Amino acid sequence: MSLLEIKDLHVEAGGREILKGVTMSLEEGETCVLFGPNGSGKSTLLSAIMGYGQTKVTSGSITFKGVDITYMPIDQRAKLGIGMMMQRPPNVIGVKLGTLVEVTAKNGKGKTGREKEFNMQDFLNRDINVGFSGGEIKRSELMQLCAQSPDFVMLDEPESGVDLENIGLIGKKVHELIYGSEADGSKSVSAFVITHTGQIMDYIGAHKAFVLIHGKIVRDGKPEEILEDIKNNGYGVGDE
Amino acid sequence: MSKYDQKDIEKALDKKAAYGSDIDLGRYEEGDYEVEQIEKLEDTPDDLQKKMINVGVTSDDDNKDTILFIDNAMSHCSSKAQEGLIMMSTRQAVEQYPWVKDYYWNTMDPTKDKYTAKTYQEDSDGYFVYVKPGYHLKMPVQTCMMLSKNKSIQNLHNIIIVGDDASCDMVTGCTTVHHANDALHVGVSEMYIGKNASLSFTMIHSWSEQTAVRPRTNVVMDQGANYVNNYVVLDPVGNIQSFPSAYLNGEGAKCSFNTMCIAHENSNIDTGGCAYLNAPKTGAELVSRNISYGGRMVARGRLIGNAPGAKAHLECKSIILKDGGITEAIPELEASCADVEMTHEAAVGKIAQEQIEYLMTRGLTEDEAVSMIVRGFLVGGISGLPDNLQKEIDLAIDKANEGD
Ligand SMILES: Nc1ncnc2c1ncn2[C@@H]1O[C@H](COP(=O)(O)OP(=O)(O)OP(=O)(O)O)[C@@H](O)[C@H]1O
Ligand SMILES: [Mg+2]
Repeated sequence: MSLLEIKDLHVEAGGREILKGVTMSLEEGETCVLFGPNGSGKSTLLSAIMGYGQTKVTSGSITFKGVDITYMPIDQRAKLGIGMMMQRPPNVIGVKLGTLVEVTAKNGKGKTGREKEFNMQDFLNRDINVGFSGGEIKRSELMQLCAQSPDFVMLDEPESGVDLENIGLIGKKVHELIYGSEADGSKSVSAFVITHTGQIMDYIGAHKAFVLIHGKIVRDGKPEEILEDIKNNGYGVGDE
Repeated sequence: MSKYDQKDIEKALDKKAAYGSDIDLGRYEEGDYEVEQIEKLEDTPDDLQKKMINVGVTSDDDNKDTILFIDNAMSHCSSKAQEGLIMMSTRQAVEQYPWVKDYYWNTMDPTKDKYTAKTYQEDSDGYFVYVKPGYHLKMPVQTCMMLSKNKSIQNLHNIIIVGDDASCDMVTGCTTVHHANDALHVGVSEMYIGKNASLSFTMIHSWSEQTAVRPRTNVVMDQGANYVNNYVVLDPVGNIQSFPSAYLNGEGAKCSFNTMCIAHENSNIDTGGCAYLNAPKTGAELVSRNISYGGRMVARGRLIGNAPGAKAHLECKSIILKDGGITEAIPELEASCADVEMTHEAAVGKIAQEQIEYLMTRGLTEDEAVSMIVRGFLVGGISGLPDNLQKEIDLAIDKANEGD
């Protein structure tokens, strides 16, 4: 049994079909990357796996740990062990980041008090994401994920908007999140990571890659080979 | 007090207020003028004490200066006021200090509406708080207004004077004793803030399902004066209409009004504030954050810019968590001179689904996520709230969510 199995998934967003029959699976302990041109539906796929309301599954199924989660509420998916770093998380005015981290740790398996590792000491008392820079949002999301400590992490472009200095920190923390760290006794988990440049792979490697074009998985295989191919030949399609 | 003609007062007794539904004063009896005298606050009966704590008035601390009114008469007044503070009932003050006449029915016109007229006609008592010039009070001054007689009117007339270069924090809690559900509270407050003086006034209201409430507040501000008004209504209430006005008459005076209300099912709340920026470089910030759980909620705000360099911002925002009531946001801006900067923001609607889902991603249930966002919405952007208020807000939100 695969950890995550998606069968012929059709998903609508904004009244339009975005995913047009996605079939794929991801095994326990695997780190997979997802490539695809802008607008191909990568974020939509993660959003459907997490269960966000703006994506509507019209047919097909999503199974996680053998449980059909296609229409399960988001928090139950989180409790089953799915974690997510959104590409563009919303501002939550009036709610302090520290409050969310605390509640997250209580619901999850991770710990609080790690803000120093993420260079986020000054942010716990700030409203979530309000006025955060691109890189700060990524660090904040990662810190939240560490407090949650999910069995399966989905990361939507973890390296985009991060400067050359911070990419080291992000890379290291994503590595710890996926492969565990001796320091806090966390174990290795599975991951699904969207990346355009493949830069994050320098830090975490990857077992498998998928390519999504026009709402369909058109290819899967070795990550390095596929990335090389995309770098040399592009996707063979323009922006959608 | 012959400033007003008795005929005009009588005419005003029928005068409907500018806002809010009309209340038939004839429905109510007089409130009591003979009430139990409480020597020491800690001896207050348990049920009353609980009510007082609910509205932020504590009795355990001997250092706090407290006045308690039950219905129409004073029941307790701290005997040893801190240095620089004079507190007593309004009637006593008028008798004892001839100069108080200059502040008595001065900024408030009794013919404003039937509620002020009634208060004038009854020659109502209330609390008098005077901070002598130059004194910065260390401990907050507490006042508690309690309604204890069902089907009666509580009529109060309060005067607060903060002398030049003085400062003071006040917490006023208003509440009902359980059997006095269907009653009317009318409170006229005249506040005067001297040069470079400041007053922070936090008012917490906790009434009952049928209580009607009509506060009437005017604040007169001298040069460099500073006024902060926090108004909080978290519990179910029958009908509230309140629209305090600040007159910024001295150069550089600044005021801020923070209003926070929860309109439960069957509650009808019409609140807001008004600032007259009458002097150069005055500033005002009016923030109103409200939640409707099916009640009627009107959030008003009015800025009147009459002097150069006046700067003010107005924010009326309400979240509707349950259908059933009507929610309105009514911001008004008015300027009589070009060199003013006045802006407003108004919003009515539900919580962004995206925010709820984001928190659910971290394992919070939908209810938990909504509570957290609502809590943040209510207190976010409002600073300087008393600590214990945060707890009350949490409790009220949890209670309201349970009732769904
Ligand atoms: N809520 C929505 N309403 C309307 N259109 C939407 C909505 N969500 C997604 N789309 C559209 O669906 C398509 C796929 O979007 P998606 O965000 O999944 O792309 P992506 O592959 O993640 O792109 P990128 O690499 O730019 O992040 C886009 O054309 C997008 O505009
Ligand atoms: Mg995307």
